[in-house]
Amino acid sequence: MLGYNKRLLNFEIQRQLAACPLSGGGRIGHKPHAGESGQSRIIKDIEEVNMMKSISNKLASLLLMAGAWAGTTAFTAAQAVNDLPGGPAVNQLNLHPAVTKIAAEQQWLHWFLLIICTVIFVAVFGVMFYSILKHRKSVGHKPADFHESVAVEIAWTVIPFIIVILMALPATKTVVAMKDTSNADLTIKVTGYQWKWGYDYLKGEGEGIGFISSLDSTHRAMSESGKPAPTDDYLLKVDNPLVVPVDKKIRIITTANDVIHAFMVPAFGIKQDAIPGFVRDTWFRAEQTGDFYGQCAELCGKEHAYMPIHVKVLSAEDYAKWVDGQKKAMAAKADDPAKVWALGELVQRGEKVYAANCAVCHQANGKGAGPFKPLDASAIVLDADKSKQIGVVLNGRAAMPSWKQLSDTEIAAVITYTKNSWSNKTGQLVQPADIKTARK
Amino acid sequence: MSAVLDHHDHHAHDDHHAPSGWRRWVFATNHKDIGTLYLLFAFTMLMIGGVLALLIRAELFQPGLQVVNPELFNQLTTMHGVIMVFGAIMPAFVGFANWMIPLQIGAADMAFARMNNFSFWLMIPAALMVVLSFFMPGGAPAAGWTFYAPLTLQMGPSMDAGIFALHILGASSIMGSINIIVTVLNMRAPGMTLMKMPLFCWTWLITAYLLIAVMPVLAGAITMTLTDRHFGTTFFNPAAGGDPVMFQHIFWFFGHPEVYIMILPAFGIISAIVPAFARKKLFGYASMVYATASIAILSFIVWAHHMYTTGMPVTGQLFFMYATMLISVPTGVKIFNWLATMWKGSMTFEAPMLWAVGFIFVFTMGGFTGLILSMAPVDIQLQDTYYVVAHFHYVLVAGSLFAMFAGIYYWLPKWTGVMYSETRGKIHFWWSMISFNITFFPMHFLGLAGMPRRYADYPMQFADFNAIASVGAFGFGLAQVFFFFAVVLPAMRGQGPKAPQKPWEGAEGLEWEVPSPAPFHTFETPPKLDATATKIIG
Repeated sequence: MLGYNKRLLNFEIQRQLAACPLSGGGRIGHKPHAGESGQSRIIKDIEEVNMMKSISNKLASLLLMAGAWAGTTAFTAAQAVNDLPGGPAVNQLNLHPAVTKIAAEQQWLHWFLLIICTVIFVAVFGVMFYSILKHRKSVGHKPADFHESVAVEIAWTVIPFIIVILMALPATKTVVAMKDTSNADLTIKVTGYQWKWGYDYLKGEGEGIGFISSLDSTHRAMSESGKPAPTDDYLLKVDNPLVVPVDKKIRIITTANDVIHAFMVPAFGIKQDAIPGFVRDTWFRAEQTGDFYGQCAELCGKEHAYMPIHVKVLSAEDYAKWVDGQKKAMAAKADDPAKVWALGELVQRGEKVYAANCAVCHQANGKGAGPFKPLDASAIVLDADKSKQIGVVLNGRAAMPSWKQLSDTEIAAVITYTKNSWSNKTGQLVQPADIKTARK
Repeated sequence: MSAVLDHHDHHAHDDHHAPSGWRRWVFATNHKDIGTLYLLFAFTMLMIGGVLALLIRAELFQPGLQVVNPELFNQLTTMHGVIMVFGAIMPAFVGFANWMIPLQIGAADMAFARMNNFSFWLMIPAALMVVLSFFMPGGAPAAGWTFYAPLTLQMGPSMDAGIFALHILGASSIMGSINIIVTVLNMRAPGMTLMKMPLFCWTWLITAYLLIAVMPVLAGAITMTLTDRHFGTTFFNPAAGGDPVMFQHIFWFFGHPEVYIMILPAFGIISAIVPAFARKKLFGYASMVYATASIAILSFIVWAHHMYTTGMPVTGQLFFMYATMLISVPTGVKIFNWLATMWKGSMTFEAPMLWAVGFIFVFTMGGFTGLILSMAPVDIQLQDTYYVVAHFHYVLVAGSLFAMFAGIYYWLPKWTGVMYSETRGKIHFWWSMISFNITFFPMHFLGLAGMPRRYADYPMQFADFNAIASVGAFGFGLAQVFFFFAVVLPAMRGQGPKAPQKPWEGAEGLEWEVPSPAPFHTFETPPKLDATATKIIG
């Protein structure tokens, strides 16, 4: 244990140093003096701590330090971060404000249960604490002799049973409503990828629109830095939010590409697992416009915390405008799959695809990390037979998922990029047509 | 007394049976020694699992990644769960069973003494494999303690080590359970009828049946995972037509009874302690037995309440919701029975009773959040959030672990022959109780606000409650270090006032009919019992 505590102490130093700029250069009881930096002060503290002989002193001061520091951080955080409308509020105590009927019913049910439970809790433990106060030996209470009573025992079996039935009745109604996904105005397929969301508008206004939505990359970098600046939508900001019209029944069909994810938007009262190889559905009808946030709710690998959901609810007119804009942009953006690319422009394109999809595991420098294999100097990447690498990218291998959801052009570009980056100088060029053939 | 202590007459015989040094432990066949081994092993694993938990809490102290990367974070959450469930709580209860069941039913030892040794020592390689998997290529398994497919198919070789370890632990549990069932059913002293047996034996008898029923189910699930990973089968691999949801059904068919495996023996311990310190017989003994059996049976038909968000048909969701809510009825009966036992008693509050009352209070909070979670529409909001984390720590830490502490303080004088320090016991209790609630109570709010579990980093609005929880967690961890140095170690070294045969005025049962510490061999010839089967006559 001691070794561990020491390491913990070191870790405390680092955390303290990290916390200093946030808390305005000091912490409770330790304002840095002139000519003495916060760092040397803290190190002096630690030395003092180390000199103490007894374990308990060491532990106690550690606890104090943690407490003081927690106080400081809590104070700073509360000052700097604001509530995020449609997302979490600072120190939120209850469910999100309901934006759909189902969410409102869930909230009602939760209160209903919480009140019943609290009343029972107070009653039962009122009795217990009364007994603890009055029926103790120190006040001279003599033990009674009873140890069974059929009537009482039947009563406290039957009464809870009745209470449970009363609780189940309203819940049943909500379950049935929740599960009714029929007669939707708009159907959207939500696909979970490691680690982003794909949205495809299948039926209704906007049919044919499809895009990928991933976390704003600056937020991932902020997280990695260890001291993210106060940001209201930290880890909730995406590049392309899911856009839906207000007051329309939206049916969400979930599936996944690799592992199980879960699509959750608390304000709508929905959470539905996205299961690879299967489709499931849920629905919502947002009753107000605005931005609403959620996150992936099923452990899906290392970047599980970094695939947020942002739903933008627009008025009917705004939604129609958005659909129009999307359609035009899609037409303009579509790659001609028959195009024959030059090496330079394909590498350029591939670098973007790599940064967006591959760098998270294989790293920007291509060196990989842990179980994620390096691409730099990799035999498969350098191999003159380009079909090997195409096969791996299309079908996945071991820890690597399949990437066949990318377009032919994107896959061709990213393979060309890896074959001609870092120390890899093969000069090989993979064209979209190669991918098209390989897909067959 | 002579029936109890007849080894005084057979000194040569006794020496032959009480080996010393390492042989005593490696070749242990004595139920008391094996019980001690189990308890020490469980405590070691509790500390290892605790260190992992503190690393998790250190990372979550502030938004941003400071201590571990997200991959290691997932390994920590996974291994914290695996180690605490399979390494700490389950073996600890088996330790209690080994120590107390023969003493409570007047048996000389467990039915299969050598198998008992084997089931303990099997756990050591399994535990080593689990703990050392952090140093395997790619690190420890990171798919969560529930091992959901197909994420498990992406794991490195440590996943196979984990599967192998779970197989071994499962075999150990099954052997332990068979041993307990055979001991309880066949080795009771004459006059110790089933319905006179202490409730701890009853709850363990039922638990042992649960274990035998579900451990093979877990073994099946993880074996299929293993063959999916290496031998080209596709039970759970959707890429070739497998069904990942089937894994969850199989896993939770094991997993839900497992939850009761981890709490029923705790109910037994509490049912021994509350009457002892209320100086009054346990209220509703028979209904306690029936309630335990009902909970065990119901536990087999509620598994899919862990899976409301997988998208079950409406009838499935309703069935599992009703069945789950039903479990609160027998659980309520138990709480009421304990209260009725306390009612009009003559209570004192030594450490065991403090822990028992603390258990009832906090465990009930976990029970109520369980009831709230059982309701499918509400669970849709709370599934996989910190609310669930709060809930199961209230029932597993404040439930199982607190009951074990109660049991340890209660029986420690019998095990070691010395009294622990009451002051230290009280410090341990209040320190744990307060820091536990500081740690886990704020998690209810985090969950309601929608913070998903198993997240290495989180939106900043969640920062304060996370900071509070982390501070509480370090306090709670230190409380257990205090417990080890201030209570366990002195007791093991025999420091402290000598314990009388029956240190608790109101305690009943055969374990208090033998001296403290309990001699190496007890009840070598079956004792003659009085009509209540709690005292030895003649």
